[in-house]
Order: sequence, then structure tokens, then C-alpha cells
Amino acid sequence: MLQLCGVHVGYGRTEVVHGVDVEVPAGQVVAVLGHNGAGKTTLLRAAVGLLPVRSGAVLVDGDDVTRARPHQRVRRGLAYVPQGQQSFGQLTARENLQLVADAAGSGAARRVDEALDLFPALREVLGRRAGLLSGGQRQQLAIARALVTGPRVMVLDEPTEGIQPSVVAEIEDAVVQLAAAGLGVLLVEQHVGFALAAAARYHVLESGRVTASGAGGAEQQDVVRAAMAL
Amino acid sequence: MDALLPQLFAGLSLGSVLLLAALGLALTFGQMGVINMAHGEFMMAGAYTAFVVQQLLPDAGVSLLVSLPLGFLVGGLLGLLLEVTLISRMYRRPLDTLLVTFGVSLVLQQAARDVFGAPNVDVRAPAWLSGAVPLLGMDVPRTRLFILALAVAAVLALSMVLKVTPLGRRIRATVQNRDLAETSGVSTRATDRLTFFVGSGIAGVAGVALTLLGSIGPTLGTAYVVDAFLVVVVGGIGQLKGAVLAAVGLGILQAGFEYSTTASLAKVLLFVVIVAFLQLRPQGLVSVRTRSLA
Repeated sequence: MLQLCGVHVGYGRTEVVHGVDVEVPAGQVVAVLGHNGAGKTTLLRAAVGLLPVRSGAVLVDGDDVTRARPHQRVRRGLAYVPQGQQSFGQLTARENLQLVADAAGSGAARRVDEALDLFPALREVLGRRAGLLSGGQRQQLAIARALVTGPRVMVLDEPTEGIQPSVVAEIEDAVVQLAAAGLGVLLVEQHVGFALAAAARYHVLESGRVTASGAGGAEQQDVVRAAMAL
Repeated sequence: MDALLPQLFAGLSLGSVLLLAALGLALTFGQMGVINMAHGEFMMAGAYTAFVVQQLLPDAGVSLLVSLPLGFLVGGLLGLLLEVTLISRMYRRPLDTLLVTFGVSLVLQQAARDVFGAPNVDVRAPAWLSGAVPLLGMDVPRTRLFILALAVAAVLALSMVLKVTPLGRRIRATVQNRDLAETSGVSTRATDRLTFFVGSGIAGVAGVALTLLGSIGPTLGTAYVVDAFLVVVVGGIGQLKGAVLAAVGLGILQAGFEYSTTASLAKVLLFVVIVAFLQLRPQGLVSVRTRSLA
């Protein structure tokens, strides 16, 4: 379980996120929705440790990791799939997974297999440099890398943005499947329809504050769209 | 024609020395982007390691074989110490790094003067490396052949480490995308330290090799550090094969210029060629290509 408690985050003198509370229980998808510039990515980067939290706390399974370095949080079970289908472009797809497996320790080999079962298309391209893969394949590789760390909570930033439609459905299915298998998922997504259908709870973020929250479900779309239009 | 082959070999030999000096720098400067002016002093430390070892183990052959790994260790530990105490505090400040490491290089030179004295000292080459072997109608000094073989071995070893070992994967991943490596569970700080250890260790090995070519002194490193940076810049940042091509190319050019002119004019001509080359191809011989930056 991941808890963000009253988290304030900023760059330089500017504070971007002003005291946000979010809780991601095991086996649930929690969606953070909002317009560009609302502070969604900033919030996620602070959750995984790439940005310092100015005040407030980040807890993984009840342990305070607010001051922990990102790789230490990974070891606590917090995985991160950043925006933009990021991979190590000069490494092959296989090396991308091995890299994570080296650091992840026991059971990593089995998790590599499981991740490849989830995205069978990756098996075909394991020997290719990740920089030469398509956007959809790179995103699947990014999620596979996160899974190899053996996470309890996964932080996903816009997993379907800029990806060909045929692969979007695969990625959405994978997110739902993973949550059903017990993974907590903190999801930032522009595609409100999918996010709400998958989510147990949603939070609308606007100018760094949560302005609306509620239970997920596809039927909430109108309420959320109204809240976001404000 | 008669002069061509010896010149080519002289160039290759000079290139192998340059390569040994530059290989560690290809890692710390080329891959990590650290401008370490004390790199030459790590070579000097390696050379004095060979000197000290020979005082303790008088058999020149044994002492050479002991000095090579020990030189790696001494250079590597000095590098590690520098990284942990100073460089790690200024990763985003390249100019400060340049100044600080230049200061460290002066301190190390003076330390060597205080410990070993200002005059140069000699390290005896083992008997099996004295003399020359006839090769393609030339008399090739064995020490030169040994250094050539050592350079080839060092390149092969380093590229294997980078290609197939977990440490190599971590180094390549950290160089490409530090944040992504960190959030993939890689401790990028630990990786930086190890990379710096290996790069500085290779400088130590280069220093041991240099004892075979002549006497050594506290300023041994300053003679090589500029050339080593040139090799890395001409070769192209972040690519080992670029450094290899550049070292051999510059070695052959310099030897050729030296043959047809004088040593100092050769250096001038070489710099002119490098400046012209970098105008045409600022990214160096070999550049990184990928479909996306990520």
C-alpha cells in the first residue's frame, strides 16, 4: 500500500503540489485525473523519489520512505513507469529486463517470464535495441521492467499516451489484470473513460490541489468531466 | 616504401600508448562526463607503484606481473577517493570539477615529489622484454609489442565488462538515463563510484606500462592527460570504438608528422588537423544514434 500524506512538492521557489493526500491500497487502481499542468506528474515523481517532498510524507506499507532514494523505494516494492515510453535505448530489450533483474534479486527470473507472458509480443523483439522498438513496444517493455522489480504498488504515468490504438487495449487489459492479481496501481491518465472504468477511486487534481474525489466506475464519467471542466 | 612500414608501426605503438592513457578517460569523461584533470596523476601513481614493487621484488619479470593488477588497484582507489570526496559533490558543475581536479593533480604531483624525490627514477624491464624481434623486415622492440598487446587486452576486457556483466549494464543504463536507472532499482551513486574506480584503475595500468618506455617522474601524467582528452573528444563521447580509432589514427598521424618534420612541429600539425576535424565533425568519429533519445 502506498500513502501520500499532505505532500507538498515544487521546483526552485515555485510550489506545484500543495498538500495532496492519496492512498493506494493493494489490489486497487487509484486514478489521478486533471488537465495538463495540474501537477500530476510532479506528484508521481515525488512519490517515487525523483523530486524531494517539501513537507508531508510518503509511506510504503506503513514505512516512511520520504527521505529514501528512488532505488531504495524500488526495493520496498514501489515501481514506476514514467511518461513517454522511456527505455534504455542503447540496450537491447533483453538487457533492459536483465538490468532490473540484476538489482531485484531472488525471483527476478520468474518475474521476467511472467512479464513476457503478459506482453507476448516482447518475446519477438528481445534481441533488438530498445531505441528501435515502436512506441507501444517500448511502453510494454517499460511496464515489464517495472514488474520485474517485484512491486506491490506501481505508479503509472500516462501509460497509453501517444501509443497506437491496437496496443492501448493490451496495456489497459494488463493494468486491470495486474490490479486483480493484488497490485496497487496509482494511475495518471488523460483517457478518463478507461481510468474510471479501471479505478476503485479517483481524485481530480487542479493547480496542485485535489478538488474532487470519489469512487470509480464508468458511470462516474459525467460527474468527473463536470468536476474537471470547473 | 621502406620507411612506410616502420612509421606505421611507430604510429601504432604510439597509438597503443595513447589508447591506454585514454581508455579510462573514455569511461570517466566519455561516459560519465567528468572532466578529471588528475587522470594523468593516476597514471603517475601506477608508474610509481611499479617502482615500489620493484624495490620489494627485485625480479623484474615478477614485479611487472605484480605491478599490473596492483597499479589498477592503486589508480582505482585514488579515483574512488576523489569521486567520493570531491567529484560526487559537483556532478552538475563541470567547470568546478575541472578546477578542483586540476588542483588535485598538482597536490598529487607534489606528494610524489615529497615521497620519491624530484629526479626521475627507472624501473627495469624484465629480460624477456629486452631487445627486439625481427618482424616484416623490421626490428621491433619487445616492450612496444608488449604495450600493444596490453592495450588490445585492456580494450577487449573493458568492452566485455561493459557488454556482458551486470556492472556493464548498470553503467550503460546510468549513462543513458540516470533517473530511469534509479527508478529501475539501480543505485546510480554506487554505479558512479564503480565506474570511476574502473576508469581510474585503467589509468594505473597505463602508468605501469609507461615504465617500460623510459624513466618516470612526478610530472609523467601531465605529458599524457591532454593527449588522452584529445583522443576521447576526437573519438566521440560515449563510444569505446571511437577512442580506439582515434588513438590509432592520432598515433599514426603524429608518427608520420614527426618523421617528415620535427617533434614540436608534428604536435602543431596534429593540433591543426584535430581542430579542422572537429569543425567538420564536432560529434567525433563515432556518434550515438537511436530512434528516440529515450
